[in-house]
Amino acid sequence: MWAYLTVVIFAAAASEGWSVGDRETARAIRSSFVSFFEWFGELGIFCGRLIRAAIAPPFEARELIRQMDAIGAKSLPLVALAGAATGVVLSLQTRDSLVRFGAKSLLPAVIVFSLIRETGPIITGLVVSGRVGAGIGAELGSMKVTEQIDAIEASAVNPYKFLVATRVLACVAMMPLLTLAADFCGILTGWIANTLAEPISFRLFVNNGFKNVTFSDFLPATFKTAVFGWIIGLISCFQGMRTHGGTEGVGRAATSSVVLSSLFIILADVVLVQLILVFFT
Amino acid sequence: METQTDQTPIVVKGLTKSFGEQKVLTGVDLSVNRGETVVILGRSGTGKSVLLKLLIGLQQPDGGSVKIAGQEIAGLSLDELNEVRKKIGFLFQQAALYDSLTVEDNVAFPMSRHTQLSSEEQGKHVRELLKNVGMEQDIGKMPSDLSGGMRKRVGLARALALDPEILLFDEPTAGLDPITSDEIGKLISRLKEERKITSVVVTHDIVGAKEFSDRFVMVHEGKIVIEGTLEDLQKSKDQFVVQFLRGVV
Repeated sequence: MWAYLTVVIFAAAASEGWSVGDRETARAIRSSFVSFFEWFGELGIFCGRLIRAAIAPPFEARELIRQMDAIGAKSLPLVALAGAATGVVLSLQTRDSLVRFGAKSLLPAVIVFSLIRETGPIITGLVVSGRVGAGIGAELGSMKVTEQIDAIEASAVNPYKFLVATRVLACVAMMPLLTLAADFCGILTGWIANTLAEPISFRLFVNNGFKNVTFSDFLPATFKTAVFGWIIGLISCFQGMRTHGGTEGVGRAATSSVVLSSLFIILADVVLVQLILVFFT
Repeated sequence: METQTDQTPIVVKGLTKSFGEQKVLTGVDLSVNRGETVVILGRSGTGKSVLLKLLIGLQQPDGGSVKIAGQEIAGLSLDELNEVRKKIGFLFQQAALYDSLTVEDNVAFPMSRHTQLSSEEQGKHVRELLKNVGMEQDIGKMPSDLSGGMRKRVGLARALALDPEILLFDEPTAGLDPITSDEIGKLISRLKEERKITSVVVTHDIVGAKEFSDRFVMVHEGKIVIEGTLEDLQKSKDQFVVQFLRGVV
Protein backbone atom coordinates (compact mmCIF):
# COMPACT_ATOMS: atom_id res chain seq x y z
CA MET A 1 0.00 0.00 0.00
CA TRP A 2 2.84 2.42 0.89
CA ALA A 3 4.69 1.43 -2.25
CA TYR A 4 1.51 2.13 -4.21
CA LEU A 5 1.16 5.52 -2.53
CA THR A 6 4.77 6.38 -3.37
CA VAL A 7 4.21 5.44 -7.00
CA VAL A 8 1.07 7.57 -7.13
CA ILE A 9 2.83 10.59 -5.58
CA PHE A 10 5.81 10.32 -7.91
CA ALA A 11 3.58 9.82 -10.92
CA ALA A 12 1.45 12.82 -9.97
CA ALA A 13 4.56 14.95 -9.45
CA ALA A 14 6.04 13.81 -12.73
CA SER A 15 2.84 14.66 -14.64
CA GLU A 16 3.50 18.43 -14.50
CA GLY A 17 4.09 19.87 -17.96
CA TRP A 18 2.50 16.94 -19.74
CA SER A 19 0.69 17.41 -23.06
CA VAL A 20 -3.12 17.24 -23.53
CA GLY A 21 -3.03 13.48 -24.13
CA ASP A 22 -1.12 12.89 -20.95
CA ARG A 23 -3.53 14.97 -18.88
CA GLU A 24 -5.99 12.12 -18.92
CA THR A 25 -3.34 9.88 -17.38
CA ALA A 26 -2.72 12.57 -14.77
CA ARG A 27 -6.47 12.73 -14.08
CA ALA A 28 -6.57 8.96 -13.65
CA ILE A 29 -3.64 9.14 -11.22
CA ARG A 30 -5.36 11.92 -9.28
CA SER A 31 -8.52 9.82 -9.17
CA SER A 32 -6.53 6.84 -7.78
CA PHE A 33 -5.03 9.17 -5.22
CA VAL A 34 -8.49 10.36 -4.11
CA SER A 35 -9.79 6.75 -4.02
CA PHE A 36 -6.84 5.80 -1.83
CA PHE A 37 -7.77 8.37 0.83
CA GLU A 38 -11.49 7.65 0.44
CA TRP A 39 -10.75 4.01 1.22
CA PHE A 40 -9.05 4.96 4.47
CA GLY A 41 -11.85 7.40 5.34
CA GLU A 42 -14.50 4.76 4.77
CA LEU A 43 -12.47 2.24 6.77
CA GLY A 44 -12.36 4.73 9.67
CA ILE A 45 -16.16 5.17 9.58
CA PHE A 46 -16.61 1.39 9.33
CA CYS A 47 -14.33 0.95 12.35
CA GLY A 48 -16.42 3.44 14.36
CA ARG A 49 -19.65 1.60 13.52
CA LEU A 50 -18.03 -1.72 14.40
CA ILE A 51 -16.86 -0.51 17.82
CA ARG A 52 -20.30 0.98 18.61
CA ALA A 53 -22.00 -2.26 17.57
CA ALA A 54 -19.54 -4.43 19.53
CA ILE A 55 -19.86 -2.64 22.88
CA ALA A 56 -23.62 -2.02 22.96
CA PRO A 57 -25.95 -4.83 24.12
CA PRO A 58 -27.67 -7.07 23.09
CA PHE A 59 -24.74 -9.31 22.13
CA GLU A 60 -24.87 -12.02 19.47
CA ALA A 61 -23.31 -14.74 21.66
CA ARG A 62 -24.58 -17.67 19.56
CA GLU A 63 -23.23 -16.22 16.33
CA LEU A 64 -19.93 -15.36 18.04
CA ILE A 65 -19.46 -18.98 19.12
CA ARG A 66 -20.32 -20.17 15.60
CA GLN A 67 -17.71 -17.83 14.17
CA MET A 68 -15.09 -18.88 16.75
CA ASP A 69 -15.64 -22.45 15.58
CA ALA A 70 -15.51 -21.49 11.88
CA ILE A 71 -12.46 -19.27 12.26
CA GLY A 72 -10.59 -21.01 15.07
CA ALA A 73 -11.33 -24.74 15.14
CA LYS A 74 -11.59 -25.09 11.37
CA SER A 75 -8.29 -23.24 10.77
CA LEU A 76 -6.46 -25.42 13.30
CA PRO A 77 -5.33 -28.23 10.92
CA LEU A 78 -3.91 -25.77 8.38
CA VAL A 79 -2.17 -23.65 11.02
CA ALA A 80 -0.77 -26.76 12.72
CA LEU A 81 0.56 -28.05 9.39
CA ALA A 82 2.14 -24.67 8.56
CA GLY A 83 3.73 -24.54 12.04
CA ALA A 84 4.99 -28.11 11.70
CA ALA A 85 6.54 -27.45 8.29
CA THR A 86 8.20 -24.32 9.61
CA GLY A 87 9.67 -26.29 12.52
CA VAL A 88 11.18 -28.90 10.18
CA VAL A 89 12.62 -26.28 7.82
CA LEU A 90 14.07 -24.25 10.70
CA SER A 91 15.67 -27.36 12.16
CA LEU A 92 17.21 -28.48 8.84
CA GLN A 93 18.47 -25.05 7.77
CA THR A 94 19.72 -23.86 11.15
CA ARG A 95 21.45 -27.10 12.05
CA ASP A 96 23.71 -26.87 9.03
CA SER A 97 24.75 -23.28 9.85
CA LEU A 98 25.24 -23.91 13.56
CA VAL A 99 27.37 -27.00 12.92
CA ARG A 100 29.69 -24.85 10.78
CA PHE A 101 30.20 -22.41 13.68
CA GLY A 102 30.47 -25.14 16.31
CA ALA A 103 27.31 -23.99 18.03
CA LYS A 104 25.20 -27.11 17.49
CA SER A 105 24.07 -27.16 21.11
CA LEU A 106 22.18 -23.88 20.54
CA LEU A 107 19.85 -25.50 17.98
CA PRO A 108 16.88 -26.08 20.39
CA ALA A 109 17.10 -22.48 21.65
CA VAL A 110 17.29 -21.09 18.10
CA ILE A 111 14.22 -23.08 17.02
CA VAL A 112 12.20 -22.17 20.11
CA PHE A 113 13.13 -18.46 20.06
CA SER A 114 12.57 -18.15 16.35
CA LEU A 115 9.17 -19.86 16.51
CA ILE A 116 7.68 -18.18 19.54
CA ARG A 117 9.02 -14.67 18.87
CA GLU A 118 8.41 -14.27 15.17
CA THR A 119 7.95 -17.23 12.86
CA GLY A 120 4.94 -18.78 14.64
CA PRO A 121 2.94 -15.51 14.90
CA ILE A 122 3.63 -14.28 11.36
CA ILE A 123 3.06 -17.68 9.74
CA THR A 124 -0.22 -18.02 11.65
CA GLY A 125 -1.24 -14.49 10.64
CA LEU A 126 -0.57 -15.07 6.96
CA VAL A 127 -2.15 -18.54 6.85
CA VAL A 128 -5.31 -17.34 8.66
CA SER A 129 -5.53 -14.22 6.48
CA GLY A 130 -5.51 -16.52 3.45
CA ARG A 131 -8.10 -18.95 4.71
CA VAL A 132 -10.36 -16.78 6.85
CA GLY A 133 -9.88 -13.47 5.00
CA ALA A 134 -10.99 -14.98 1.69
CA GLY A 135 -13.88 -16.76 3.41
CA ILE A 136 -15.21 -13.67 5.15
CA GLY A 137 -14.73 -11.45 2.09
CA ALA A 138 -16.56 -13.90 -0.18
CA GLU A 139 -19.33 -14.70 2.33
CA LEU A 140 -20.18 -11.10 3.16
CA GLY A 141 -19.71 -10.12 -0.49
CA SER A 142 -22.23 -12.69 -1.67
CA MET A 143 -24.60 -11.71 1.16
CA LYS A 144 -24.33 -8.10 -0.04
CA VAL A 145 -25.06 -8.81 -3.71
CA THR A 146 -27.97 -11.16 -2.88
CA GLU A 147 -29.56 -8.53 -0.60
CA GLN A 148 -29.15 -10.68 2.53
CA ILE A 149 -27.50 -7.75 4.34
CA ASP A 150 -30.42 -5.51 3.31
CA ALA A 151 -32.75 -8.23 4.66
CA ILE A 152 -30.95 -8.15 8.03
CA GLU A 153 -31.38 -4.37 8.17
CA ALA A 154 -35.02 -4.68 7.10
CA SER A 155 -35.51 -7.07 10.05
CA ALA A 156 -34.44 -4.16 12.31
CA VAL A 157 -31.15 -5.91 13.18
CA ASN A 158 -27.84 -4.07 12.96
CA PRO A 159 -25.65 -6.02 10.47
CA TYR A 160 -22.52 -4.58 12.11
CA LYS A 161 -23.53 -6.33 15.31
CA PHE A 162 -24.60 -9.64 13.76
CA LEU A 163 -22.08 -10.01 10.92
CA VAL A 164 -19.08 -7.76 11.55
CA ALA A 165 -18.55 -7.58 15.32
CA THR A 166 -18.90 -11.36 15.73
CA ARG A 167 -16.35 -12.12 12.99
CA VAL A 168 -13.83 -9.52 14.12
CA LEU A 169 -14.07 -10.58 17.79
CA ALA A 170 -13.74 -14.26 16.81
CA CYS A 171 -10.58 -13.45 14.80
CA VAL A 172 -9.12 -11.48 17.74
CA ALA A 173 -9.89 -14.25 20.23
CA MET A 174 -8.74 -17.17 18.08
CA MET A 175 -5.45 -15.84 16.69
CA PRO A 176 -3.38 -16.18 19.92
CA LEU A 177 -4.73 -19.72 20.42
CA LEU A 178 -3.89 -20.70 16.85
CA THR A 179 -0.43 -19.21 17.30
CA LEU A 180 0.11 -21.42 20.35
CA ALA A 181 -0.85 -24.43 18.23
CA ALA A 182 1.57 -23.38 15.45
CA ASP A 183 4.36 -22.82 18.01
CA PHE A 184 3.76 -26.24 19.62
CA CYS A 185 3.68 -28.10 16.29
CA GLY A 186 6.79 -26.26 15.10
CA ILE A 187 8.77 -27.13 18.22
CA LEU A 188 7.58 -30.75 18.08
CA THR A 189 8.55 -31.24 14.42
CA GLY A 190 11.76 -29.27 14.99
CA TRP A 191 12.68 -31.83 17.64
CA ILE A 192 11.68 -34.73 15.33
CA ALA A 193 13.85 -33.39 12.48
CA ASN A 194 16.73 -32.84 14.89
CA THR A 195 16.34 -36.31 16.41
CA LEU A 196 16.45 -37.97 13.00
CA ALA A 197 19.89 -36.41 12.46
CA GLU A 198 21.14 -36.79 16.02
CA PRO A 199 18.93 -38.45 18.66
CA ILE A 200 18.00 -36.24 21.61
CA SER A 201 15.18 -36.70 24.16
CA PHE A 202 12.17 -34.35 23.86
CA ARG A 203 12.57 -33.32 27.49
CA LEU A 204 16.21 -32.30 26.95
CA PHE A 205 15.31 -30.51 23.72
CA VAL A 206 12.57 -28.53 25.48
CA ASN A 207 14.75 -27.81 28.54
CA ASN A 208 17.56 -26.49 26.34
CA GLY A 209 15.15 -24.60 24.14
CA PHE A 210 13.24 -22.85 26.92
CA LYS A 211 16.21 -22.35 29.30
CA ASN A 212 16.53 -18.64 28.56
CA VAL A 213 12.97 -17.93 27.45
CA THR A 214 11.08 -15.43 29.62
CA PHE A 215 7.45 -14.33 29.62
CA SER A 216 8.49 -11.13 27.86
CA ASP A 217 9.68 -13.29 24.95
CA PHE A 218 6.53 -15.33 24.86
CA LEU A 219 3.51 -13.19 25.84
CA PRO A 220 3.90 -10.02 23.71
CA ALA A 221 4.77 -12.07 20.62
CA THR A 222 1.77 -14.36 21.11
CA PHE A 223 -0.70 -11.60 21.94
CA LYS A 224 0.40 -9.39 19.08
CA THR A 225 -1.49 -11.87 16.90
CA ALA A 226 -4.70 -10.49 18.43
CA VAL A 227 -3.85 -7.34 16.42
CA PHE A 228 -3.38 -9.54 13.34
CA GLY A 229 -6.81 -11.01 14.06
CA TRP A 230 -8.30 -7.50 14.28
CA ILE A 231 -6.71 -6.65 10.92
CA ILE A 232 -7.96 -9.84 9.22
CA GLY A 233 -11.51 -9.45 10.59
CA LEU A 234 -11.74 -5.71 9.96
CA ILE A 235 -10.31 -5.64 6.42
CA SER A 236 -12.18 -8.74 5.26
CA CYS A 237 -15.53 -7.57 6.66
CA PHE A 238 -14.96 -4.09 5.21
CA GLN A 239 -14.13 -5.41 1.75
CA GLY A 240 -17.07 -7.84 1.91
CA MET A 241 -19.61 -5.23 3.06
CA ARG A 242 -18.69 -2.76 0.27
CA THR A 243 -18.96 -5.37 -2.49
CA HIS A 244 -20.79 -4.37 -5.66
CA GLY A 245 -20.97 -5.75 -9.17
CA GLY A 246 -22.44 -9.24 -8.77
CA THR A 247 -20.33 -12.40 -8.72
CA GLU A 248 -17.34 -10.61 -10.22
CA GLY A 249 -17.50 -8.21 -7.27
CA VAL A 250 -17.58 -11.16 -4.85
CA GLY A 251 -14.37 -12.51 -6.43
CA ARG A 252 -12.74 -9.08 -6.13
CA ALA A 253 -13.83 -8.80 -2.48
CA ALA A 254 -12.31 -12.20 -1.63
CA THR A 255 -9.03 -11.45 -3.38
CA SER A 256 -8.67 -7.94 -1.98
CA SER A 257 -9.48 -9.22 1.53
CA VAL A 258 -6.54 -11.63 1.40
CA VAL A 259 -4.11 -9.24 -0.29
CA LEU A 260 -4.86 -6.25 1.93
CA SER A 261 -5.04 -8.15 5.21
CA SER A 262 -1.71 -9.94 4.45
CA LEU A 263 -0.11 -6.63 3.55
CA PHE A 264 -1.37 -4.88 6.67
CA ILE A 265 -0.27 -7.82 8.85
CA ILE A 266 3.29 -7.50 7.53
CA LEU A 267 3.27 -3.73 8.07
CA ALA A 268 1.74 -4.09 11.56
CA ASP A 269 4.35 -6.72 12.41
CA VAL A 270 7.16 -4.28 11.67
CA VAL A 271 5.62 -1.71 14.02
CA LEU A 272 4.69 -4.24 16.72
CA VAL A 273 8.15 -5.87 16.78
CA GLN A 274 9.68 -2.43 17.28
CA LEU A 275 7.19 -1.62 20.08
CA ILE A 276 7.82 -4.98 21.77
CA LEU A 277 11.58 -4.37 21.64
CA VAL A 278 11.10 -0.92 23.21
CA PHE A 279 8.67 -1.94 25.96
CA PHE A 280 9.60 -5.54 26.79
CA THR A 281 13.35 -5.83 26.33
CA MET B 1 -59.46 7.30 -1.61
CA GLU B 2 -59.49 8.04 2.12
CA THR B 3 -58.42 11.41 3.47
CA GLN B 4 -54.76 11.54 4.47
CA THR B 5 -54.27 11.65 8.26
CA ASP B 6 -51.32 11.41 10.64
CA GLN B 7 -52.05 7.71 10.95
CA THR B 8 -52.03 6.99 7.21
CA PRO B 9 -49.49 4.14 7.07
CA ILE B 10 -47.45 5.45 4.13
CA VAL B 11 -47.21 9.05 2.93
CA VAL B 12 -44.54 10.01 0.40
CA LYS B 13 -44.14 13.60 -0.81
CA GLY B 14 -41.80 15.01 -3.45
CA LEU B 15 -39.38 12.08 -3.13
CA THR B 16 -36.20 12.40 -5.19
CA LYS B 17 -33.27 10.01 -5.55
CA SER B 18 -30.26 10.00 -7.85
CA PHE B 19 -27.29 7.68 -8.30
CA GLY B 20 -24.47 9.84 -9.59
CA GLU B 21 -25.68 11.57 -12.73
CA GLN B 22 -28.66 9.24 -13.08
CA LYS B 23 -31.89 10.68 -11.69
CA VAL B 24 -34.06 7.73 -10.63
CA LEU B 25 -36.95 9.40 -8.78
CA THR B 26 -37.73 13.02 -9.56
CA GLY B 27 -40.62 13.87 -7.25
CA VAL B 28 -42.83 10.95 -6.25
CA ASP B 29 -46.02 11.62 -4.28
CA LEU B 30 -47.83 8.57 -2.94
CA SER B 31 -50.18 7.83 -0.09
CA VAL B 32 -51.29 4.32 0.93
CA ASN B 33 -54.27 3.93 3.25
CA ARG B 34 -54.73 1.37 6.02
CA GLY B 35 -55.47 -2.10 4.66
CA GLU B 36 -54.98 -0.95 1.06
CA THR B 37 -52.87 -2.87 -1.47
CA VAL B 38 -51.13 -0.66 -4.00
CA VAL B 39 -49.37 -2.17 -7.02
CA ILE B 40 -46.51 -0.20 -8.55
CA LEU B 41 -45.92 -0.71 -12.27
CA GLY B 42 -43.25 0.64 -14.57
CA ARG B 43 -40.43 -0.32 -16.87
CA SER B 44 -37.36 -2.04 -15.45
CA GLY B 45 -34.85 0.42 -14.00
CA THR B 46 -37.39 3.18 -13.32
CA GLY B 47 -36.79 3.14 -9.56
CA LYS B 48 -39.65 0.95 -8.29
CA SER B 49 -37.40 -1.18 -6.08
CA VAL B 50 -35.52 1.96 -5.00
CA LEU B 51 -38.86 3.42 -3.88
CA LEU B 52 -39.51 0.34 -1.69
CA LYS B 53 -36.01 0.59 -0.16
CA LEU B 54 -36.58 4.28 0.57
CA LEU B 55 -39.84 3.39 2.36
CA ILE B 56 -37.99 1.11 4.79
CA GLY B 57 -34.92 3.33 5.13
CA LEU B 58 -32.48 1.00 3.38
CA GLN B 59 -31.54 3.94 1.18
CA GLN B 60 -31.62 7.64 1.99
CA PRO B 61 -33.58 10.03 -0.24
CA ASP B 62 -31.94 13.10 -1.77
CA GLY B 63 -35.06 15.14 -1.12
CA GLY B 64 -38.72 14.92 -0.16
CA SER B 65 -40.41 13.18 2.73
CA VAL B 66 -41.32 9.59 3.71
CA LYS B 67 -43.72 9.18 6.62
CA ILE B 68 -44.50 5.75 8.04
CA ALA B 69 -47.51 5.77 10.41
CA GLY B 70 -47.08 9.53 10.77
CA GLN B 71 -43.35 9.37 11.54
CA GLU B 72 -40.85 11.03 9.21
CA ILE B 73 -38.07 8.50 8.69
CA ALA B 74 -35.39 10.81 7.26
CA GLY B 75 -33.01 11.87 10.02
CA LEU B 76 -33.96 9.13 12.49
CA SER B 77 -31.21 7.48 14.52
CA LEU B 78 -30.55 3.79 13.80
CA ASP B 79 -32.46 2.72 16.93
CA GLU B 80 -35.45 4.90 16.02
CA LEU B 81 -35.36 3.67 12.42
CA ASN B 82 -35.29 0.06 13.65
CA GLU B 83 -38.45 0.74 15.70
CA VAL B 84 -40.15 1.85 12.46
CA ARG B 85 -38.75 -1.16 10.57
CA LYS B 86 -40.36 -3.53 13.09
CA LYS B 87 -43.74 -2.37 11.71
CA ILE B 88 -42.73 -3.32 8.16
CA GLY B 89 -42.21 -6.71 6.51
CA PHE B 90 -40.17 -6.85 3.30
CA LEU B 91 -40.20 -9.65 0.73
CA PHE B 92 -37.11 -9.26 -1.46
CA GLN B 93 -36.98 -10.08 -5.17
CA GLN B 94 -34.79 -13.17 -4.64
CA ALA B 95 -36.22 -13.73 -1.11
CA ALA B 96 -32.75 -12.97 0.42
CA LEU B 97 -32.86 -15.88 2.86
CA TYR B 98 -29.76 -16.20 5.05
CA ASP B 99 -27.67 -18.98 3.47
CA SER B 100 -26.11 -20.11 6.73
CA LEU B 101 -29.42 -20.58 8.60
CA THR B 102 -32.12 -23.23 8.22
CA VAL B 103 -35.65 -22.34 7.14
CA GLU B 104 -36.71 -22.40 10.80
CA ASP B 105 -33.86 -20.10 11.90
CA ASN B 106 -34.52 -17.74 8.99
CA VAL B 107 -38.13 -17.24 10.07
CA ALA B 108 -37.17 -17.06 13.75
CA PHE B 109 -34.41 -14.50 13.07
CA PRO B 110 -36.46 -11.31 13.67
CA MET B 111 -38.49 -12.96 16.46
CA SER B 112 -35.49 -14.05 18.52
CA ARG B 113 -34.18 -10.49 18.48
CA HIS B 114 -37.32 -8.43 18.98
CA THR B 115 -39.73 -10.50 21.06
CA GLN B 116 -39.67 -11.96 24.54
CA LEU B 117 -41.06 -15.33 23.37
CA SER B 118 -39.51 -18.47 24.83
CA SER B 119 -37.79 -20.80 22.37
CA GLU B 120 -40.81 -23.15 22.50
CA GLU B 121 -43.24 -20.32 21.79
CA GLN B 122 -40.99 -19.12 19.00
CA GLY B 123 -40.85 -22.60 17.52
CA LYS B 124 -44.64 -22.84 17.63
CA HIS B 125 -45.05 -19.42 16.00
CA VAL B 126 -42.49 -20.30 13.28
CA ARG B 127 -44.35 -23.54 12.50
CA GLU B 128 -47.64 -21.61 12.25
CA LEU B 129 -46.14 -19.07 9.89
CA LEU B 130 -44.60 -21.80 7.74
CA LYS B 131 -47.90 -23.70 7.72
CA ASN B 132 -49.67 -20.54 6.47
CA VAL B 133 -47.36 -20.45 3.45
CA GLY B 134 -47.39 -24.24 2.95
CA MET B 135 -43.78 -24.82 3.97
CA GLU B 136 -44.10 -26.63 7.33
CA GLN B 137 -42.62 -29.83 5.81
CA ASP B 138 -39.37 -28.03 4.94
CA ILE B 139 -38.64 -26.48 8.34
CA GLY B 140 -35.21 -28.11 8.72
CA LYS B 141 -33.96 -27.49 5.17
CA MET B 142 -31.25 -25.04 4.16
CA PRO B 143 -32.15 -22.26 1.66
CA SER B 144 -29.88 -23.88 -0.96
CA ASP B 145 -32.20 -26.91 -0.95
CA LEU B 146 -35.28 -24.85 -1.88
CA SER B 147 -36.72 -23.86 -5.27
CA GLY B 148 -37.38 -20.21 -6.17
CA GLY B 149 -41.06 -20.41 -5.22
CA MET B 150 -40.29 -22.14 -1.91
CA ARG B 151 -37.72 -19.46 -1.07
CA LYS B 152 -40.31 -16.75 -1.73
CA ARG B 153 -42.77 -18.50 0.59
CA VAL B 154 -40.19 -18.73 3.37
CA GLY B 155 -39.26 -15.08 2.72
CA LEU B 156 -42.94 -14.19 3.12
CA ALA B 157 -43.15 -16.16 6.41
CA ARG B 158 -40.07 -14.26 7.66
CA ALA B 159 -41.59 -10.94 6.58
CA LEU B 160 -44.67 -11.78 8.68
CA ALA B 161 -42.68 -12.88 11.75
CA LEU B 162 -43.13 -9.63 13.69
CA ASP B 163 -46.80 -9.30 12.69
CA PRO B 164 -46.15 -6.13 10.65
CA GLU B 165 -48.67 -3.40 9.82
CA ILE B 166 -47.12 -2.86 6.40
CA LEU B 167 -45.80 -5.33 3.82
CA LEU B 168 -43.53 -4.41 0.94
CA PHE B 169 -43.17 -6.89 -1.94
CA ASP B 170 -40.39 -6.50 -4.50
CA GLU B 171 -41.47 -8.49 -7.56
CA PRO B 172 -42.94 -11.41 -5.59
CA THR B 173 -43.63 -13.49 -8.71
CA ALA B 174 -40.53 -12.65 -10.80
CA GLY B 175 -38.83 -15.73 -12.23
CA LEU B 176 -41.60 -18.11 -11.12
CA ASP B 177 -43.72 -20.38 -13.27
CA PRO B 178 -47.41 -19.37 -13.78
CA ILE B 179 -48.74 -21.90 -11.24
CA THR B 180 -46.33 -20.83 -8.49
CA SER B 181 -46.96 -17.16 -9.37
CA ASP B 182 -50.68 -17.79 -8.95
CA GLU B 183 -50.08 -19.46 -5.57
CA ILE B 184 -48.01 -16.48 -4.35
CA GLY B 185 -50.74 -14.13 -5.61
CA LYS B 186 -53.36 -16.09 -3.67
CA LEU B 187 -51.18 -15.92 -0.55
CA ILE B 188 -51.03 -12.12 -0.84
CA SER B 189 -54.82 -12.00 -1.34
CA ARG B 190 -55.35 -14.19 1.72
CA LEU B 191 -53.07 -12.00 3.84
CA LYS B 192 -55.03 -8.95 2.74
CA GLU B 193 -58.34 -10.52 3.71
CA GLU B 194 -57.24 -12.13 6.99
CA ARG B 195 -54.83 -9.57 8.40
CA LYS B 196 -55.90 -6.30 6.72
CA ILE B 197 -52.25 -5.48 6.13
CA THR B 198 -51.27 -2.38 4.17
CA SER B 199 -49.21 -3.53 1.19
CA VAL B 200 -47.11 -2.08 -1.59
CA VAL B 201 -46.32 -4.54 -4.38
CA VAL B 202 -43.81 -3.89 -7.15
CA THR B 203 -44.54 -6.24 -10.03
CA HIS B 204 -44.70 -6.62 -13.80
CA ASP B 205 -47.43 -9.26 -13.51
CA ILE B 206 -50.51 -7.06 -14.09
CA VAL B 207 -52.87 -9.99 -14.62
CA GLY B 208 -51.83 -11.68 -11.37
CA ALA B 209 -51.87 -8.37 -9.47
CA LYS B 210 -55.51 -7.75 -10.44
CA GLU B 211 -56.45 -10.41 -7.84
CA PHE B 212 -55.20 -8.45 -4.84
CA SER B 213 -54.74 -4.86 -6.01
CA ASP B 214 -56.90 -1.97 -4.78
CA ARG B 215 -55.00 0.58 -6.81
CA PHE B 216 -52.38 0.57 -9.54
CA VAL B 217 -49.67 3.22 -9.72
CA MET B 218 -47.46 3.63 -12.78
CA VAL B 219 -43.97 5.13 -12.53
CA HIS B 220 -42.28 6.65 -15.58
CA GLU B 221 -39.21 8.89 -15.78
CA GLY B 222 -39.00 9.16 -12.01
CA LYS B 223 -42.61 10.25 -11.44
CA ILE B 224 -46.02 8.70 -10.99
CA VAL B 225 -47.81 9.22 -14.31
CA ILE B 226 -51.15 7.64 -13.43
CA GLU B 227 -52.93 5.91 -10.54
CA GLY B 228 -56.27 4.14 -10.26
CA THR B 229 -57.88 0.79 -10.99
CA LEU B 230 -56.77 -1.33 -13.93
CA GLU B 231 -59.85 -0.07 -15.80
CA ASP B 232 -58.75 3.55 -15.17
CA LEU B 233 -55.33 2.71 -16.58
CA GLN B 234 -56.85 1.03 -19.61
CA LYS B 235 -58.99 4.13 -20.32
CA SER B 236 -55.94 6.41 -20.18
CA LYS B 237 -54.85 8.21 -23.35
CA ASP B 238 -51.29 8.75 -22.02
CA GLN B 239 -48.91 7.42 -24.67
CA PHE B 240 -46.63 5.63 -22.19
CA VAL B 241 -49.53 4.02 -20.28
CA VAL B 242 -51.13 2.79 -23.51
CA GLN B 243 -47.81 1.43 -24.75
CA PHE B 244 -47.01 -0.24 -21.40
CA LEU B 245 -50.41 -1.96 -21.14
CA ARG B 246 -50.38 -3.02 -24.77
CA GLY B 247 -47.02 -4.60 -24.24
CA VAL B 248 -48.15 -6.52 -21.19
CA VAL B 249 -51.90 -7.20 -21.20
